[in-house]
Amino acid sequence: MSAFLTRLRQIARAMVGAPDYDAYLRHMREHHPGTSPLSETQLFRERQEARYGGKNGGKCC
Amino acid sequence: MARHIPWILIAIVGAVALAMVALSRGEAVNALWIVVAAVSSFLVAYRYYALYIARHVMRLDPARPTPAIRRADGMDYVATDRTVLFGHHFAAIAGAGPLVGPVLAAQMGYLPGTLWIIAGVVLAGAVQDFMVLFISMRRDGKSLGELIRMEMGQVAGTIALFGAFMIMVIILAVLALIVVKALAESPWGMFTVAATVPLAIFMGVYTRWIRPGRIGEVSVLGLVGLLAAIVYGQSIAQSPFWGPAFTFTPVQLCWILIGYGAVASVLPVWLLLAPRDYLSTFLKIGAIAALAIGIVIMAPPLKMHAVTQFVDGGGPVWSGGLFPFLFITIACGAVSGFHALIASGTTPKLIASEGDARIIGYGAMLMEAFVAIMALVGASILDPGIYFTMNSPAAVIGTDAASAAAAVTSMGFPISSDLILQTAKDVGEHSIISRAGGAPTLAVAMAEIFSHVVGGPAMKAFWYHFAILFEALFILTAVDAGTRAGRFMLQDLIALAVPGFKDTTSPIPGFVATGLCVAAWGFFLHQGVTDPLGGVNTLWPVFGISNQMLAAIALMLATAVLFRMKRDRYAWVTMAPTAWLLICTVSAGWLKLFSADAKVGFLAHAAKFSEAAGRGEVLAPAKSMAEMEKIVFNDRTDAALCAIFLAVVLSLLFFTIRTCLAARRTDRPTAQEIPAAMATAE
Repeated sequence: MSAFLTRLRQIARAMVGAPDYDAYLRHMREHHPGTSPLSETQLFRERQEARYGGKNGGKCC
Repeated sequence: MARHIPWILIAIVGAVALAMVALSRGEAVNALWIVVAAVSSFLVAYRYYALYIARHVMRLDPARPTPAIRRADGMDYVATDRTVLFGHHFAAIAGAGPLVGPVLAAQMGYLPGTLWIIAGVVLAGAVQDFMVLFISMRRDGKSLGELIRMEMGQVAGTIALFGAFMIMVIILAVLALIVVKALAESPWGMFTVAATVPLAIFMGVYTRWIRPGRIGEVSVLGLVGLLAAIVYGQSIAQSPFWGPAFTFTPVQLCWILIGYGAVASVLPVWLLLAPRDYLSTFLKIGAIAALAIGIVIMAPPLKMHAVTQFVDGGGPVWSGGLFPFLFITIACGAVSGFHALIASGTTPKLIASEGDARIIGYGAMLMEAFVAIMALVGASILDPGIYFTMNSPAAVIGTDAASAAAAVTSMGFPISSDLILQTAKDVGEHSIISRAGGAPTLAVAMAEIFSHVVGGPAMKAFWYHFAILFEALFILTAVDAGTRAGRFMLQDLIALAVPGFKDTTSPIPGFVATGLCVAAWGFFLHQGVTDPLGGVNTLWPVFGISNQMLAAIALMLATAVLFRMKRDRYAWVTMAPTAWLLICTVSAGWLKLFSADAKVGFLAHAAKFSEAAGRGEVLAPAKSMAEMEKIVFNDRTDAALCAIFLAVVLSLLFFTIRTCLAARRTDRPTAQEIPAAMATAE
């Protein structure tokens, strides 16, 4: 049941383009071990700007 | 063979359901037959046709690294689980379009629209989304404009970018017009929509400073606020002071929206746009799910005729005959060019495996078609008298219940003035006459369905305003986000002539481009709002033509890519829908320009009015010489717009043919994919 709820939460967050912080940390650990990753808040703000800034073509009618 | 048996059974069920819908005459058909016919067709198409495209046309290779693997950066390029990505992609493609088009198309009866949505999505719409996703996925997730430039040349890419900008302008104007039509003279609706602005700002501050990133809890808080606004809106509307304060004429609303668009699109995104997008996305998905459940529980009979007399043209909702105008009226839901921008946007950068492309590209579009089917069902379960009362222009049916009842009854859809007044009272509106644009009609239908399941007749007014709010909310989000996207498109275009206009360090180019973008859609919105013929009548066909033309452009790109991959023998998969869309859009565009029927052709209409003005006559619905001149000017602007769209699509047809012929002359593939060997991680 908790796996189902986690998945539901992930889907809901993906619908509005919110990042998956665990996936980001995993990526940073695997590919850039020396660098310090953004904090969860920093990543959220960065992604919010990227999604809504307008360069992604917006949404459909 | 055994593995095909369940699918054969589904196909038989679908065929029986379709036969029930198409052949039954004289007695009311249950709406569930349409739903069953659509769902079984979609399942079979997904299992066989989409698989054929994946295996033979595209030759998808799950082992080949996608952009998310190759360029993984933890931000833009992230390999994402396919159910999660399906949600992301579906939320991005499903907007107001699939809800509005089918409602307008119901004037020809439910049958033509149903058949077009089912056939259109299976053979054209889902193919387009799937192909563009495939092409972008093999090219690092590049956008549609860049893909056209890569495969068909610089000039073709620039023309496509210009076309996409014009389409964006028309979409924003039409969407804003729908909001104006839904909120004009409706203090209850206006209050609830206005209340979302402070609510969203509160949510923005909350996610920015108080609890950063907590989207779930802030959305719950927002939803509570929204429901409170709907409940409280009734007392606001009845208050002798606040009622009139929230009552606006269409022209006032038009200016409010233009001002709102200009201000909202330069605010920081976290303040208004992002939080409202959370609300509108979750509300939209929730409302779609609730509508599906409601239709299944209620199992309503269809009251609209299967086919009305308006298939020959002359309908009050929009002009023109079934061919070609039905096929441009239902744009989103059957095939939508705008999806090509989404399928070449964030989705190809997130897809984890090529094997997921079928469910994301083809599957999500089938889901959108299902939404369109539900909208068509919604419009068709209403009394046709109510439908035509709500959707005919005031110039045809007058503005009071008695004249509307008489006019609609004489069309062959008997209705009493009491029923018109009672329906308005049930949903808490002053009037339901001539509330064109699709949204109010769908809201009445949703109120009918939801109140059947929860709350009974007493809840109708609540559900009606809930439905209006949900439609207005995501349209306003689209206006805001679209203005921002349009601004960047315009900056790219202007930068071709004035280098340095893309400069992001100076705020001036951004402000200039935003201003131009708002002015462009604001112009068409104002034209639509003041159009004595009721703007939806005029603007929706232009929108439909432009959106389907973008779809034709995307499918032409797909065709050119297949030729360049030396897969000519499979190119019929994209050439057939391209041909159909070109036939529909070019003939619709041509008729809109040159038809001698003044109800259809912009130029004929302009000529009729300018000749009358020359004789000093004032023709209805104009009331003065100034209005006569305005009509002529609007007609000529719309005609020019149609001519531009025709020029864009025909020139891209030329580039496509040239590209395909060049590809035929070489004996090896020339498509510029990232080679599989190079595609391994850096």
